[in-house]
Amino acid sequence: MNYSINHLKELESESIFVMREVAAQFENPVLMFSGGKDSILMVHLAYKAFYPARIPFTLLHIDTGHNFDETIQYRDDLVKRMNAKLIVGSVQDAIDNGLVREEKGFNASRNGLQTAVLLDELEKGKFDAALGGARRDEEKARAKERFFSHRDEFGQWDPKNQRPELWNLFNSKHFMGEHFRVFPISNWTELDVWQYLAMEEVPLPSLYFAHERKVFERDGTLLADSEHISKKPTEEVFTEMVRCRTIGDVTCTGVWRSDAQDVKAIIEEIATTRMTERGGRTDDKRSETSMEDRKKKGYF
Amino acid sequence: MTDYKSSELLRFTTAGSVDDGKSTLIGRLLYDSKSIYQDQYDQIKKTSERMGEAEINLALLTDGLKSEREQGITIDVAYRYFSTPKRKFIIADTPGHTQYTRNMVTGASTANVALILIDARQGVVEQTRRHAIIASLLQIPHLVCCINKMDLVDFSEEKYNAIQEEFESFAAKLDVKDVHFIPISALLGDNVVNRSKNTPWYEGPTLIYYLENVHIASDHNFIDVRFPVQYVVRPYSDEFHDYRGYAGRVAGGVLKKGDKVMLLPTGFTTTISQIDGPDGQQEEAFPPQSVTVQLADDLDLSRGDMIVRENNKPDVSQDFDLMVCWFSSDAPLKENGKYTIMHTSQEARCVVKKLRYKLDINTLHRDEESKDIKMNDIARIQVRTTKPLFTDPYRTNRITGSVILIEEGTNNTVAAGMII
Repeated sequence: MNYSINHLKELESESIFVMREVAAQFENPVLMFSGGKDSILMVHLAYKAFYPARIPFTLLHIDTGHNFDETIQYRDDLVKRMNAKLIVGSVQDAIDNGLVREEKGFNASRNGLQTAVLLDELEKGKFDAALGGARRDEEKARAKERFFSHRDEFGQWDPKNQRPELWNLFNSKHFMGEHFRVFPISNWTELDVWQYLAMEEVPLPSLYFAHERKVFERDGTLLADSEHISKKPTEEVFTEMVRCRTIGDVTCTGVWRSDAQDVKAIIEEIATTRMTERGGRTDDKRSETSMEDRKKKGYF
Repeated sequence: MTDYKSSELLRFTTAGSVDDGKSTLIGRLLYDSKSIYQDQYDQIKKTSERMGEAEINLALLTDGLKSEREQGITIDVAYRYFSTPKRKFIIADTPGHTQYTRNMVTGASTANVALILIDARQGVVEQTRRHAIIASLLQIPHLVCCINKMDLVDFSEEKYNAIQEEFESFAAKLDVKDVHFIPISALLGDNVVNRSKNTPWYEGPTLIYYLENVHIASDHNFIDVRFPVQYVVRPYSDEFHDYRGYAGRVAGGVLKKGDKVMLLPTGFTTTISQIDGPDGQQEEAFPPQSVTVQLADDLDLSRGDMIVRENNKPDVSQDFDLMVCWFSSDAPLKENGKYTIMHTSQEARCVVKKLRYKLDINTLHRDEESKDIKMNDIARIQVRTTKPLFTDPYRTNRITGSVILIEEGTNNTVAAGMII
C-alpha cells in the first residue's frame, strides 16, 4: 500500500480545495485573469475543481490597452473553450472618463492605474471575492499573504493586521462593501507552475517561448519595442531571441534572452537561472517596497 | 533538479530568534540548495549596506514587510520555498518572541516537521521549552532539535549529550513521538547540507538528509474514513443532466468505489458509485486528495455533512473540550461568550461554558484560578455548539480535530482550537 502523492498533485489538491471553499463561502466570486501563465493555471485548476459543471467564477481582465497582441488572442480562445463569462475593465476608458490620469515620461506605465480600474470593476459587479494567481515565492510582500486575504471597504490590505490562517479553515466573514482576495496557488513556485503545466500539457501563449523580437535595453532590462513605450534617442532597437518569463503590460514586462522553445527547455532554464522571474519587472523596481505599497492600495 | 514525478512535499516550521541563528540556518538551506536568486541577493546586500551592517543580513530575505525591516523583527509568518532532487520544502518561518505564540501556532498547524534551534552555549532555555510545548500541542509528527553554534563549544560531544539529555527529560512530559538531535553550525555549514569533519562522534544524518528522508507518508490518518462535503457539483447541462457529485478533500481513511458508507447527520447508508479526481475517474481516494464522490442513491447531503463508515463513526456531539490558543489583542476570552465556530466544512455558533485552566507555556503548569485569557495564552475550555459537529480527537486526526473561533462583532479569527 502506497498512499502518497507527488508534490504537484498535493499542490493541485490544495488549490482545488481553496477554489471550492470560495465557491461555497462567497456569493459572487470573480477570477482575475491577466493572460499570464499563473492565471492560465488558475483557470485550468478551476476547470478541474468543478468538472463537469462550468467554472462558477466570472473572469475579469483589467486591460491596460498596452497588451501584447498574443495575450488578447489567447484570452479570447480560452474563454470560448471554457464557455466562461468574461468582463473586461478598460484602463483606456478610465483615462478617458477621468477616473485616473496617464503617467508621463519615459518610464510611464499603466501598471499603477490598473488598481483603480480593478477596484471600480469589483464594486460595479458587487463581487465579494476576487481570485488571483499571486504566489508567495514571487515577491517578499507576497510571501506574507494569506490564502483568504481581507480587504476593507476601500480595497486596502492591512499586512500588519491579517487574520491568522490555520489548518484548512478559511474565515471569509466580512461586512458589506468589504471583499476578499483569494490566492489558491500561494504555495506554488515558478518551477512548480511550469512542471505542472508540462505534466498537464496545457497550451500556452507563444510569448513564453523563445522567438525573434525587436527589443531595446533600459536599465539592464530588455524591453519589447512597442508603440506604447517612448524610447530615448540613445536607446537602439535590435533583434534578439527572447521570451517572457512573466506577462504583464508591455511597458513594464522585461523579456529575456533565451533559446527555450518548449516547456521542457523552459523548466531547465528556470532550474539553472540566477534571477527571479520578477527581476525583469520594472514596476517592482520603482522602490524596495513597491509591491507592498501597491498591494496595500488594492493592487493584484 | 527535482524529479517532479516522484518528489514529495514536506512542510516544516522553524521557530527561534535571530540569536539562535535561525535566519542563518534558513539562509544556508536556501543558499546551499541554490534557492536564493542573484537579484534577491543583490537587493538584500544593498539594504544591509544601507542599514550599516557589516555582513549581509539573511534575515532580510524573510522579513518582507516595511515595518519588519524598520524594526528588525519578524512580525508575521513568512513562507519560503526550496527543493532538492528528492523533495520540495515549504518553510513556515515564525518569529520566536513570547508575544508571537500565535504565529508559531499558525505555522505549526500544517507542518510535518518542527525544527527547534538550541544554542549549544545556552542549552535548553525557556524559549526551547515553549517551542517544544507548541509542537506537542499542535501534534507536529516529527521534531528535530538542531543544536547550533557547535563551533563555539569546540564541537564538544559532552556538551551535545548534556543538552540532548536535558531536552529528553523535559520532553518526556510532552506528547511527542519522534525526536531527533543534530549537532550543527549554521554559520559554517557543519551537518546542515554537508557532513561535518568536526563531529566524528556523531553518526546520525545531516539536517538536509533528515528532511529528505524522514517518513511522512503516514502523517495522515488512513484508517478512519472521513469525507466532509465541501460543495455539491451540479452541472445542469444536457450532457450531465442527472449528475450530482459531492466535492471535498479526504480528511481521513481510504474511500473506494463500491464501498458502503454512511451519511452524517442523517444516518442514511448507501454505496460510492464513482470517484472523480482531477485526472478523471479513480478507484480510491485518500488524504490529502480533492475529489468528487457520487453515490448510488439520491439522498439529502450538502455542505457541512460528512461521509463516513457505518462501523467507524466520529463523535457526534454538541459538547466538547478544546485546547485553545487565544489570538485577539483586543478582547480576552469570555466565559459564557458566544462565537462562530468553524470545523471542517461546518459552521455553527458556540458558547464557552467553562474555562477549565490556563496552561503556562513555559512550565506546563495548569492554573485553574486564572480567568484572564489574553492574546498568546493557551487554555482548556468547554464549549457547547448550536448543532452537532462530527469530530475526532485532534490526536487522531488533525483535520477533523481542529476548529477556529470567530468573534461575531468583528469577524476576526480569535482562537485556534484542538479537540480533546
